[in-house]
Amino acid sequence: MTTISHHIPDSMLAAYAAGTLPAPFALVIATHVSMCSDCRASLEAHHVAGGVVLEDCAPASLSSDLKANVLDMLDQPFDDVPRPKRSGIYPGPVMEQLKGKPPRWKPLGGGVKQTILSSSDEGSARLLFIPAGQAVPDHGHNGLELTLVLQGSFSDDTGYFGTGDLEVADEDLEHIPIAGAGLPCICLAATDAPLRFNSLVPRLLQPIFRI
Amino acid sequence: MAVRDHRDRAAFAELFDYFAPRLKGFILRTGTGAAQAEEIVQEVMLTVWRKADQFDPSRAQVSAWIYQIARNRQIDMFRKESRPLPEELNQEPDTEPDASQVLGLEQEAARLKEALNNLKPEQREMIHQAYLGELTHKEISTRTGLPLGTIKSRIRLGLERLRHDLKDMR
Repeated sequence: MTTISHHIPDSMLAAYAAGTLPAPFALVIATHVSMCSDCRASLEAHHVAGGVVLEDCAPASLSSDLKANVLDMLDQPFDDVPRPKRSGIYPGPVMEQLKGKPPRWKPLGGGVKQTILSSSDEGSARLLFIPAGQAVPDHGHNGLELTLVLQGSFSDDTGYFGTGDLEVADEDLEHIPIAGAGLPCICLAATDAPLRFNSLVPRLLQPIFRI
Repeated sequence: MAVRDHRDRAAFAELFDYFAPRLKGFILRTGTGAAQAEEIVQEVMLTVWRKADQFDPSRAQVSAWIYQIARNRQIDMFRKESRPLPEELNQEPDTEPDASQVLGLEQEAARLKEALNNLKPEQREMIHQAYLGELTHKEISTRTGLPLGTIKSRIRLGLERLRHDLKDMR
């Protein structure tokens, strides 16, 4: 097991526990927690705090028949929907987005490929495939971008990100991520706004590829 | 525990009596109407019964577990797709939870509760808002006085043990 050195910021983990993160970010957090014992432990700490708040809430009176109804339903059969399992380098939450199938890569030029997992007014989530040693076009973001390494590594101005590491990039960061040597770098990336590229061609392609 | 181990209806009824009214109070505070709140209470309590075998008292507090189920249920109701959740850890079937760990976690949760109760009223209100889902992650990070550090440090021992256990399980 490699050592993960870039973790989820506390405020984001608390927001994930409370359920207020935009869906693309929630996917990245759930995926990182699937790979990182430290963050799983911290998430459980936030659940404990949430439990304290729950117990602290003033009890509200229930309808007279609610308890009897629930007790009557205990023996009813129910569907236990199995949760998608990890497949290769893709943790369960990513496999759920891929609907259990391998990613279908679309070329973006220079050997870089992507698979869009979701795209909505809340932002987008996608997988990026970057050949070893290759740079991703210089880009900034209008909002936050979370990038989680699933395989290989990348480096940019802010540091080195190995498998399991999470980069949190805000709109002030204009960076050129370069994939490390060895295996191709495969990342899960999520934004809460569209990316903007600084060179002309990717900018023209942006609406087409939804990158 | 009795619910988990013996599918004990009486124990479940007790759990219901304690948690269902608090759950309803919690859900009402998030702005959900009374009828829908009861629907959520019903579903959450049924999930507690059905998934009792997945509850591990040496790793989690009952209230923490119910909090998590309730938030998942509430969020899924407002979205078309279900909320992304981490992979579950595989538990060895039929392993007895370690009594000293269960006790240790309970003590730490009690200390955390005390710490939260001793906060200044504004801070306590902010903690409530954060865990009721009323604050965005930006608001959580920018509002000074939200003692996230307290939450982590109060259960540090538990976290260290959990980390250790999780490493063993991998």
